[in-house]
Amino acid sequence: MNFLVDRFNYLFRSTKGLVLVAIALISIVTASLGFLSGPMEEFGVRKALFAIGVKLLPVDREARIIMLYHTLAMAVVAIETYLITALVPMKKSDQARINGSITVGYIVSLVFGLGFAYFGKNYVFHGLFIAGQTLIFFAGVLLSAALFPWNKAYLQRDSERARTRGGLDLERLAFFIMAIATLGSVIFGAIPGSLFGNGFESFLAEDILREPDKTPLQLAIIGHLHIMLTLIAVALTLIVGRWFGFRGRLHKVAMPLMIIGTLIITAGVWMVVPFEAIAHMIINVGSFPVLIASLLLVYFGWRQIIRQRLSEQKLTKPTLWQGLAALLHDPLKFGALWQMVYMNFVVTAVGIFMAIKLDEIIRTWTHREERIALTGHWHVLAGIIATIILLYYADLAGIKGKIRQWFGWIVILGSDLAFGAVAVLETRRLFVSEFAQQRLTDTVIFLTDIGLASVLTVLGGLMFWRLIDLFRKRGRWRQEFQDPQMGKIEEECK
Amino acid sequence: MKRSILLLLVYVLLLTACSAPTSPLSTTPIDTGIDPSAWAHIPAGPFLRGQHQHPASIPVDYEIMVTDVTNAQYATYLTQALAQGKVRQSGDTIVGYYPGDPFHGARHEEKIEAGDWLHIPFREPGSKLTFNGKTFRALPGYENHPVVMVTWFGAKAYCEAQGGRLPSDDEWEKAARGTDDRPFPWGNQLERNQANYYSSRDIFEKVFGKQGDTTPVGFYNGKTYSGYATLAAASPYGLYDMAGNVWQWVSTITPGTHYRFLRGGSKADYGYNLRIWSRNSARPDYAAISIGFRCARNVK
Repeated sequence: MNFLVDRFNYLFRSTKGLVLVAIALISIVTASLGFLSGPMEEFGVRKALFAIGVKLLPVDREARIIMLYHTLAMAVVAIETYLITALVPMKKSDQARINGSITVGYIVSLVFGLGFAYFGKNYVFHGLFIAGQTLIFFAGVLLSAALFPWNKAYLQRDSERARTRGGLDLERLAFFIMAIATLGSVIFGAIPGSLFGNGFESFLAEDILREPDKTPLQLAIIGHLHIMLTLIAVALTLIVGRWFGFRGRLHKVAMPLMIIGTLIITAGVWMVVPFEAIAHMIINVGSFPVLIASLLLVYFGWRQIIRQRLSEQKLTKPTLWQGLAALLHDPLKFGALWQMVYMNFVVTAVGIFMAIKLDEIIRTWTHREERIALTGHWHVLAGIIATIILLYYADLAGIKGKIRQWFGWIVILGSDLAFGAVAVLETRRLFVSEFAQQRLTDTVIFLTDIGLASVLTVLGGLMFWRLIDLFRKRGRWRQEFQDPQMGKIEEECK
Repeated sequence: MKRSILLLLVYVLLLTACSAPTSPLSTTPIDTGIDPSAWAHIPAGPFLRGQHQHPASIPVDYEIMVTDVTNAQYATYLTQALAQGKVRQSGDTIVGYYPGDPFHGARHEEKIEAGDWLHIPFREPGSKLTFNGKTFRALPGYENHPVVMVTWFGAKAYCEAQGGRLPSDDEWEKAARGTDDRPFPWGNQLERNQANYYSSRDIFEKVFGKQGDTTPVGFYNGKTYSGYATLAAASPYGLYDMAGNVWQWVSTITPGTHYRFLRGGSKADYGYNLRIWSRNSARPDYAAISIGFRCARNVK
């Protein structure tokens, strides 16, 4: 009995355990439902899922996808929440309440949401899916309350960190605004979602993008999906900042930018219903300070990596190559920040190009081509967020030595190969006509598959290692539970 | 050494990806036994529109072509229309007059003004027609394949020359679906040998890759061709290729947008795009190797 109780306590009562559970669940869902699309679908492997009772009615495809995205997103939000409650000072009791609520919420959502979507439309399951989401929202309310930055107990006393003259912790304020914006944006999607849900008329935003008269509820759905992904990215940037101990002058510049940018983007998205024509411009204006803030973090983090490494090597006057080698010596830390930079090439730059040249170029293509560009665009953004979380988790898990190198570099190179190839696929009509596209398409899809397969393989390896470890009496899990690295970080942060 | 091999591999991959394929000059003729000049009668009355099956109705009977317009049919039409001065040659294209659309000034809307508009670019890669300055012909073996590279203007002009018109969105959908809620013209599931779609592994994909090539109209009718067995895939009213092979232009013009709509999915699309309610759209002067059409006409 103790065997199970000990493991349960680790998995559900420690930050690292909770993150591990969420990553494992995401991995299982991704691996199994990956049979339904891409190369597995083309190989006909999808039929293997029919044997376990999966029902795929063509009419329900959009609804299935929506449920899948939501369940995966909830797990990612849960991971971010665990990390926030560990890294940002708050009462232990608050941390326990928040983590407990969101854990039950996302697991119920995931299990019953996917049950509803893929195993026949049992509306009891749908009700439980909604109940799970409600718990997640409740956890968000608790998190916002716990993050309340004007609480005197959490005034910032460190002069090297961004704060107001009155001592208001601007990083905490950034977390707080992100959390409040997320709650508002959830409602922004939940209202039209509940209406469409009751009418059983689900749709994918990319399918209605060329309709000249979108209803306010359709616009709200489009706004919702954009802002949620953005806020997940903002939260992750702030989390990575805590991981790296972001501080000093750059921190003092970055935090106000992050706050202002988050507010402007959120306002822009919420305004998409009444003022669609100018909403995108507002969003672009807000994105700029957020991007600058994240690049300041990258600069800080890379400088820190280099300095720490050179200090370890006792190199006081390094050459350029020694500096570069120092930067690249730890792929997990380097990679988490590199992915933020790479995002500018394969997401931001492509997105800005598509927005600027929308009528002139993109909309001279067919709707299907534009759809590929859009879906590829946000899949890459979601993928980059996932890889950053993965790199951070690998660091938390204490991977060391050659395995750390192999894991880190495979994640970085594999994912970047895939994301770069998808960026080419998105914009292929710029280089090649439909008649001549097949070889290019085959090549970029091959490269995408290779890249993603590499990442999924090392992720599978990591999960397998952690699974085996759980069966050891004195495994790493016990160390993490009794003397977790997270605990050290928590103490440092508090 | 390892690095060199890796670089060489990347170089070869890129070269392979960028080299342009050549246009096929002929293909093996396949007789499907389906008459491309046949029309199906669709009775007036209710049907279920779209993915969410909204009740809709068409007030009058109409007829629609059993298959897509073929290369041979379009070549014959073009030759006659050119001789009669109904269309004219402009460089490597055929253009014709269109009276223009009302402009509403909506966001992203572009003006479609009165004037000559592109009907078909006949020397583009992927075109299955040849032109000797006077006569258009289908490439050998492609006579009974659906014509492609025809713009909405070119499709509309052809149908009107035959005394018909392009089908409206609703007419197309009812003809494909009948009066029940089926997602595909033949029923509820899509099998690989039921339609020509991306990676459906039809006999043309062996030559042209996953995007494949057009299949002859009415190809999926239960016959076996050189060992490749097809499933019967006609719609409830006996129409072929209402899912896959080529997208089909429809006539419906939506106020506030200059786009024209395409139905049915194509050889270049994944199977889910073949569901009856799937729509695509493009500018009316857009032509592509996966876009064709069929005509409708009023019942006299």
